[in-house]
Amino acid sequence: MNYEEVASISGTIGLIMFMSMFFVVLAYALWPRNKAKFDKAARAPLDEE
Amino acid sequence: MPSHEIFEKNSIVLAIAIVLVVSIAGLVEIIPLYFIKSTIEKVDGMRPYTPLELAGRDVYVREGCYLCHSQMIRPFRDEVERYGHYSLAAESMYDHPFQWGSKRTGPDLARVGNKYSDKWHRDHMNDPRSIVPASVMPGYSFLGKTDIDPKRYKAHLKALNWTAQPSGVSENDTGAMYTQAMIDNAAADLAAQAGDPDSDDSEGLQKRYGGKINVRDFDGDPNRITELDALIAYMQMLGTLVDFKTYNAKANLR
Amino acid sequence: MNRGGITTSGGIFTALVLITGILLTGYAGMNALDVAFGFHMYLMAAAAILGLIALLMGRPYTGDAGKYNYGVVKAFVIASIFWGVTGFIVGDYIAWELAFPFLNWDLPWTNVGRLRPLHTSAVIFAFGGNILLGSSFYVVQRTCHIRLVGNVAPWFVFWGYNLFIVLAGTGYLLGVTQSHEYAEPEWYVDIWLTIVWVVYLLIFMGTLMKRRVSHIYVANWFYLAFIITIAVLHLIHNLAIPVSFLGSKSYSFQAGVQDAMTQWWYGHNAVGFFLTAAFLAMMYYFVPKRAERPVYSYRLSIIHFWSLIFLYMWAGPHHLHYTALPDWTQSLGMTFSIILWMPSWGGMINGLMTLSGAWDKLRTDPVLRMLVVSIAFYGMSTFEGPMMAIKAVNALSHYTDWTVGHVHSGAMGWVGMVSFGVIYCLVPWLWGKERLYSMALVSWHFWLSTVGILLYITSMWVSGILQGLMWRAYDNLGFLEYSFVETVEAMHPFYVIRAMGGLFFVLGSLIMVYNVVMTIRVAPREETHSSAVLAPAE
Repeated sequence: MNYEEVASISGTIGLIMFMSMFFVVLAYALWPRNKAKFDKAARAPLDEE
Repeated sequence: MPSHEIFEKNSIVLAIAIVLVVSIAGLVEIIPLYFIKSTIEKVDGMRPYTPLELAGRDVYVREGCYLCHSQMIRPFRDEVERYGHYSLAAESMYDHPFQWGSKRTGPDLARVGNKYSDKWHRDHMNDPRSIVPASVMPGYSFLGKTDIDPKRYKAHLKALNWTAQPSGVSENDTGAMYTQAMIDNAAADLAAQAGDPDSDDSEGLQKRYGGKINVRDFDGDPNRITELDALIAYMQMLGTLVDFKTYNAKANLR
Repeated sequence: MNRGGITTSGGIFTALVLITGILLTGYAGMNALDVAFGFHMYLMAAAAILGLIALLMGRPYTGDAGKYNYGVVKAFVIASIFWGVTGFIVGDYIAWELAFPFLNWDLPWTNVGRLRPLHTSAVIFAFGGNILLGSSFYVVQRTCHIRLVGNVAPWFVFWGYNLFIVLAGTGYLLGVTQSHEYAEPEWYVDIWLTIVWVVYLLIFMGTLMKRRVSHIYVANWFYLAFIITIAVLHLIHNLAIPVSFLGSKSYSFQAGVQDAMTQWWYGHNAVGFFLTAAFLAMMYYFVPKRAERPVYSYRLSIIHFWSLIFLYMWAGPHHLHYTALPDWTQSLGMTFSIILWMPSWGGMINGLMTLSGAWDKLRTDPVLRMLVVSIAFYGMSTFEGPMMAIKAVNALSHYTDWTVGHVHSGAMGWVGMVSFGVIYCLVPWLWGKERLYSMALVSWHFWLSTVGILLYITSMWVSGILQGLMWRAYDNLGFLEYSFVETVEAMHPFYVIRAMGGLFFVLGSLIMVYNVVMTIRVAPREETHSSAVLAPAE
């Protein structure tokens, strides 16, 4: 394998891997069931005893 | 996706995830620089620093010269015309640490070697504004008053042999940066290069490091070996090693 | 409360470590090969002896009987203010040196080359570091509803970290440096910081693990990423071979192009994790707290957290555009730097929008105003940064004062202002005061700083772009139009304006010192501007 092939394959793998990582984070953050929990967490600095 | 809760519920998992996420970039950007052969160009003329040049380089590092002077000429028309051939990675392969710099309050010094006389450097170091009236450089008159002990530099050469060694470019037998002969003769080589009248072994120095070595009294005081000797010896060789007549820019395209 | 003093396991362990330390550093001091190393070893020995005495007297076990450990947080706040003012003064002095070079006095320990690392380390690691460590100990206790773990350990981190700063700073003046920007301390100081940092990580993790609430609040994510990543960067970047274990000098393990890449992988992420992620952690606690509003979007904070810590690590090569670093690395650095704009602005949007519904508070609360303006500066410099990472722009800006201006819009505008805001929040809360001594003085500080920053960054824009253009200017005959020294001469007026801006910033910080001292020592001042009176937190 020459340099160009390595570069293009690793670029493609990297793109797929990083995009899927991003979508996992996105799905987690936007998952409807998580909303209530996040709204509660957002108030953490205000809800101290 | 309740399984993802593990990240906020478990601090150890969160910590491990952070380590993994922040490690990828360094692995991709740093490790290949050791394995892709074209990273360091093929050139003729590079050699390790002589003990005196190394001592000068230590002064250069100590005084923070790199904070105002880069040693990295970019491949632009104006920079090449002002400073000389653009810098190659090969030219800093013996630089522990690198001195490319990030700011030019003063001019680039990558090819300052042999551009000015020793006397120019002496006067300029002692009182920059006596040579360049508009200069904002501090004066370094204390360098010429500080002696160097040649005996200390053997340990410096030894330490450098413990660092990451340049791969596949070393011409000496051991594959290390400094040969045993260089280490054994460090003190004598340092004194000889500074033009010490008691030392007559400049031939040995030339033989060990190659022919292109400036041997003379740099600081104008033949009776002393000072930090000014060392610093000027270092500056007078900067950027002069690579033979650009034999350099093939096309073959080294990266 | 644990009042067992020296008899606790932590106390005995610490005592043994200190005794070992005294013996080791005492031996090294007596056999030191250079003056600076000997001085530093004796300094460490003296610190260990004082630590042992404090331990035997039971100092770490008294005085913090409340629910939370506030004593150590107070110490960090005071240290941060002290080092901040010191670092600002040194920085401004260098600025005057560049305008009027006779101020270097031709002495080793006053030249700009040795003072510059003193300035950068003092403001980043001493001023910034102390408020980060202090605020992280405050926030992790408050959001986990539990006292900080350990009695001796937090105080070890405080004194150990500040000893690191004294070793680093005095070392620079004596010419002890490994010349890696923002990581100049030599090998033995690096080892010391590693020890302190590991204890810091253990305290933070330990407190998180013992927390009384199920969710880990997002500010703590940012603090944890900061602590872990700085550890990774510090360990790999500072690999070096000491010439002798009894002397200060070392040589970096890597050379040339690899050393350069590793330095800026480190250097850029000192910005990314020390000066950004960790200060975002401060923002995520103190802005909602001060504005009395919940975080605008918790979802956004999750997305931008993971994006930010992933992307930042790639951006280092943009410091090496057009150098002998291979092109593929430069391209990666540029690409990721541009993408980095998005998560950076995610943080800015989240911080600013937390104010929605509470914008009127800006009019009455100068502390909140400081916090908000710091976020605005954050947004500005994280837009400018990706722009300067574009190779065509970088060709002009690199090596010039434009970079210096960019750094200072981030450092003074974002890091400085957010820290001032947090200090103004914390001092009344920690010392149990109703409010600050004077809100009017906070306003004065705010305006002096703002004017100072604007003078600084505008003068550096002009001088940077001017110098970049002069370097590449050609005359009609095709020769370079300006000699280098002509471009230096042209900088003079801007260097004077920059130094004036710095002076404004220093004056503002002195007002803060006065206000903080008075807040701790006397009752709040009667102020006619009644709306400035704010309800303190609990």
